Amino acid sequence: MRHIISILLENEAGALSHVAGLFSARGYNIESLTVAPTEDPSLSRMTLVTSGSDDIIEQIIKQLNKLVDTVRLIDLTEGPHIEREMLLVKVRAEGGGTREEIKRVADIFRGRIIDVTDTTYTIELTGAWGKLDAFLDTLHRPLILEVVRSGVSGISRGEKVLQA
Amino acid sequence: MELTGADIFVRCLEEEGVEYVFGYPGGAVLYLYDALFRQDAVKHILARHEQGAAHAADGYARATGRPGVVLVTSGPGVTNAVTGIATAYMDSIPLVVFSGQVPTHLIGNDAFQEVDSVGVTRPCVKHNFLVKDVKDLALTIKKAFYIATTGRPGPVVVDIPKDVTARKAVFRYPGTISMRSYNPVVRGHSGQIRKAVDLMLRAKRPILYTGGGVILGEGSGALTELTRLLGFPITNTLMGLGAYPATDRQFVGMLGMHGTYEANMAMHNCDVLIAVGARFDDRVTGNIEKFCPHARVIHIDIDPASISKNVKVDIPIVGSVDAVLREMIKVVGESDRRADPGALTEWWKQIDEWRSMDCLKYDRQSDVIKPQYVLECLYRLTAGDAYVTSDVGQHQMWTAQFYKFDRPRRWINSGGLGTMGFGLPAAMGVQLAFPDETVVCVTSEASVQMCIQELATCRQYGLPIKVVNLSNRYMGMVRQWQEFFYQGRYAMSYMEALPDFVRLAESYGHAGMHIERPEDVEGALREALKVRDKAVFLDFATDQAENVYPMIPAGAGQNEMILV
Ligand SMILES: Cc1ncc(C[n+]2csc(CCOP(=O)(O)OP(=O)(O)O)c2C)c(N)n1
Repeated sequence: MRHIISILLENEAGALSHVAGLFSARGYNIESLTVAPTEDPSLSRMTLVTSGSDDIIEQIIKQLNKLVDTVRLIDLTEGPHIEREMLLVKVRAEGGGTREEIKRVADIFRGRIIDVTDTTYTIELTGAWGKLDAFLDTLHRPLILEVVRSGVSGISRGEKVLQA
Repeated sequence: MELTGADIFVRCLEEEGVEYVFGYPGGAVLYLYDALFRQDAVKHILARHEQGAAHAADGYARATGRPGVVLVTSGPGVTNAVTGIATAYMDSIPLVVFSGQVPTHLIGNDAFQEVDSVGVTRPCVKHNFLVKDVKDLALTIKKAFYIATTGRPGPVVVDIPKDVTARKAVFRYPGTISMRSYNPVVRGHSGQIRKAVDLMLRAKRPILYTGGGVILGEGSGALTELTRLLGFPITNTLMGLGAYPATDRQFVGMLGMHGTYEANMAMHNCDVLIAVGARFDDRVTGNIEKFCPHARVIHIDIDPASISKNVKVDIPIVGSVDAVLREMIKVVGESDRRADPGALTEWWKQIDEWRSMDCLKYDRQSDVIKPQYVLECLYRLTAGDAYVTSDVGQHQMWTAQFYKFDRPRRWINSGGLGTMGFGLPAAMGVQLAFPDETVVCVTSEASVQMCIQELATCRQYGLPIKVVNLSNRYMGMVRQWQEFFYQGRYAMSYMEALPDFVRLAESYGHAGMHIERPEDVEGALREALKVRDKAVFLDFATDQAENVYPMIPAGAGQNEMILV
């Protein structure tokens, strides 16, 4: 099963490499990993998407908690939550019909064209991981020149907060 | 008052009550050595290789329970120490390792003797730090000692660039420390403890299986009391020997690959397994699919990540073993229930039957020296009261089987990483900590050569270690596997070109003895044990073909042991 784990880490030089090292040393999957400082400059927040059996996820969470730089963590997938990821995709856009079609598909997915040339469009799209996949599937494959995904960020719904 | 980083370093060690630093100098640590030179509260022990320094600090820590302290230079100093750090990591031994680093402005430049020490050591430390500002030095050192010694202990590396040791800052050592990101649990959950006791008292075929965590957590006293109160059989892992008196009737011996038949059979047939400070290592469980098929499992450990890692646990209890066991004693004491005496009697009858197989028997009439015989003699002559270190291989297993440890912290070996070369330097750390005690390093001709240079350190500091070299002229454990599983093709396991160990020891200023006949074993040991002013290297020519029995072959279950 796919899990989204949110971690508050001490904003220390080695913290990220301890997390990355843990995953490679123990052979766990990382689907995506994002990290940035929070409103409190001494803390970073990391969102990690991984998958595995329940036993493996339990181990991953325990091992992450064990890292000395981990202040707090939560498995967002255990409760109601929102996940978002940003996608930037550059596509070949030549000829009136093609340009029209790409724009129409982008509109359906609520994407925005953020850069235009005579031959290309660059589209920005935000959404859950599945939606971004669906959008890319809809685009005609040979037209795609470049795909950049930000990796997933997530937050719990309602009153629940992850704080130090 | 402002002090240099180097002086701050020394003052921090003083504040921590550090008795010995084990190390080796070099360019990046010259200020630190200079500061050590100008004081005499903290003594420095010069090893002959950084691996030796790390193992010596490790031996000191295992024997005393206090953190071992290491100081090495940048680059090769650190990489040489890595084996020692990894050894400590695998056995959860508290070490604080200080490494020099190139000056901050050169970091990342491939400077002379630069290595990314924090990167190189990351997978084998509990935590590590790079100190970039002298103002952070004292607090970082405080944290390093705190992290190394609390919770599940382990090595912590503090990497200090050379310029940081020269710069100045106001020295203030924090008395206590708290870290929001690091709060090891101490007390176990009372509800879980009650549930566990309830299950224990309903058991018909219970067994306690305890590991190194009991020793690290100073839980031997409580473990012994609880085990006696319950009347259950108890087995120890290789790392846990000495946590429960080996001479006690309730002790069924070590378990695992070369454990006793009775311990492994009792494990396989138990209905309630009480695991304490043990981690279900593959050398213990054998084939995990076949492990304890009838058992409900209780697991007490300070590290939540150890619980349900390899074996699914029914009642997990996270907490320090001592606190949890004491609470269990209280709960059992307050309860008027006791485990079913009829069932326990039956269970003991069965165990005694397994015991009567006498799985550790060996040929006592042999006219070549049997290694087991040397160890039995050693046990008798030291009244079971020596500190015994070992290297890795057959001799290690025989020592674990034949030297009966009644007390914790006396048996010192590299269980997790299995590091050949550990025994001699580890013995130095032990002998420094306990100058008046008998310290024996049981080793063999292959292992001992991995850190043989430490005989010089023994000489310099007058350490009267007894090296018991069980020389079968083979990498015995490798040879045994080749005999059993590779049709006797002894690839590279014969130790050609062995030195004359007697003359080698003598050239370092120690005494050497070569013993070839069984009837000379006892006399040689007696004589060696009297020597107090230098090390004695006892080179026993032992049976080349002897194997360690019993054995669970890889992939087999605990009930599928090969007996002699
Ligand atoms: C540093 C290191 N290298 C290799 C091994 C693999 N190994 C395990 S036991 C062993 C043989 C040890 O031989 P010896 O020290 O003579 O002990 P014996 O088994 O003969 O008692 C070897 C090579 C190891 N454990 N450690």
